[in-house]
Amino acid sequence: MPALPSGAKLSPMTPPPVISIAGLGKTYASGLVALQDVDLEIRRGEIFALLGPNGAGKTTLISTVCGMATPTAGTVQVNGHDIRRDYRAARAQIGLVPQELYTDMFETPWDTVRFSRGLFGLPPNAAYLEQVLRDLSLWNKRKDMIMTLSGGMKRRVLIAKALAHEPQVLFLDEPTAGVDVELRRDMWAQVRRLRDSGVTVILTTHYIDEAEEMADRIGVINKGRLILVETKAELMKKLGKKQLTLHLLEPLAMIPAGLNEWALTLRSDGCDLEYTFDASHEQTAIPALLQRLGELGIGFKDLTTRQSSLEEIFVSLVREPGDPPGLSSSGSIRHAIQSPVQSSIQSGDRSVDKRP
Amino acid sequence: MSAPVQTLKFNYHAIFAIFRFEMTRFARTLWQSLVTPVITTVLYFVVFGAAIGARVGDIGGVQYGAFIVPGLIMLSLFTESLNNASFGIYMPKFTGTIYEILSAPVSAFEIVFAYVGAAATKSVLLGLVILATANLFVDIQIEHPVWMAGFLVLVAMTFSVFGFIIGIWAKGFEELQFIPMLIITPLTFLGGVFYSIDMLPDGWRTASLFNPIVYIISGFRWSFYGTGDVSIGISLAATLGFLLLCIALVWLIFRTGYRLKS
Repeated sequence: MPALPSGAKLSPMTPPPVISIAGLGKTYASGLVALQDVDLEIRRGEIFALLGPNGAGKTTLISTVCGMATPTAGTVQVNGHDIRRDYRAARAQIGLVPQELYTDMFETPWDTVRFSRGLFGLPPNAAYLEQVLRDLSLWNKRKDMIMTLSGGMKRRVLIAKALAHEPQVLFLDEPTAGVDVELRRDMWAQVRRLRDSGVTVILTTHYIDEAEEMADRIGVINKGRLILVETKAELMKKLGKKQLTLHLLEPLAMIPAGLNEWALTLRSDGCDLEYTFDASHEQTAIPALLQRLGELGIGFKDLTTRQSSLEEIFVSLVREPGDPPGLSSSGSIRHAIQSPVQSSIQSGDRSVDKRP
Repeated sequence: MSAPVQTLKFNYHAIFAIFRFEMTRFARTLWQSLVTPVITTVLYFVVFGAAIGARVGDIGGVQYGAFIVPGLIMLSLFTESLNNASFGIYMPKFTGTIYEILSAPVSAFEIVFAYVGAAATKSVLLGLVILATANLFVDIQIEHPVWMAGFLVLVAMTFSVFGFIIGIWAKGFEELQFIPMLIITPLTFLGGVFYSIDMLPDGWRTASLFNPIVYIISGFRWSFYGTGDVSIGISLAATLGFLLLCIALVWLIFRTGYRLKS
């Protein structure tokens, strides 16, 4: 088993994970290896984002945990219940919202949530189901045929179905794929409310801003391997870069020797001086730099700073041939992320278009 | 740590949920589920019972119109059980909603029991409606009502399990119709719905004995009029054998995840 990136394993102090995945592998009959040696522990009450390009294995991972696909290696436990030996107890605690809008067109939301609750082995509870539908703003539509509902509402019907049996863990497979901006914001708010109500949420996405917006922890999956698991804050700190840009009063032809100790570049024909540094290091570098500039008589009219987004981190993960700075087990990461991912991201991932 | 979760040993809530879902579907499509087969049966009576039957005379002491009733009920029972059960499981596969069934804490037995139970219930109801309809046209006597009811339920179950298999096997709507239309319907017509196989020339009579439908119709007709092409014991054994074969196939399907799971 390869060493996991730090953060994937929990310290003895933390409460037991709600889901433990160990050595999980899935090879399809066609020979396609969809998952390979995945180890992951999901903490109770967190929002965990599984991030990766299309075809990376996100949906396969969910399908395997939820029972739609049979693992070919490894084990999965939900609250200590093995998903195969003890499937009833394991599945009873999981709610699943699939990526596609799989609904019974001729059913009503009310009938379909009642169906879901029964299917998962619970006695009827009209008051609870009413609350679920109200929370998802579906109560007024409860008697309408699902086929008459909008796409956003259908998605919420699927969430209501997944919540009908009061699960402890909710899987959301690409909850905002093909959803407009406003609905995405709605969905994010919805998911946060769920987490606040005590549900552990695992969502997959290939929109990095979604993971950045929502997740407590992030796992990056690529080519069936989980290559990185970190808290979002840690990931940003470790991999994030900060950039200071000084708009100079007078352009420089070259960087003066007195500034050699900073990693500086000149931009815009010498009008801008750009300083890039790791977010985690050199807390005092900027004051020192500004002081030195003053000593050298280099004036500036304005300055801007920016911190790299998770999206940039992700792209740098898949793009850079060298070790990303500050990453403890970057060898395996570099090994796992190869150029085909980069091309798939460039061609298929909407989020890349938003790069500044 | 295992959180205290109450999990049923036998998920009867799920069986009831699927059963109710299927029966709701039945109610929604009441017209095509019930009225269409009844109309078809009435047409058979008009054509074979009244128009042609009057010239055929009695078969084994039974008026021809009455003679064909058990066979006609079986004809509808086969078709409807196959259709109901195959659609019941094919539609979730087709629309994708099967994900919920596969991810639910239900066993294969519970899934089959619920779908087959619902399909068989519909078929039995239909069989009784056809029987009542036939009673308006001809004088029907049922010598062995318990056997008749037993056969009705057994055959409805058997063909519902068979339909369930077809529904899982089918990759498209054409395949869904393939076996009922190309195999079951011809075998049924040749299986003695409209005649006693004793009326056939020797060679054809022997050939007919390889048709499993003959045994089912013969047994069912025996429960009405006390006579059949083969003995009731053989009929019962053949029907039960077919049921067991279908159940074994279903068991194999769930064991291997065939066309259900990847």
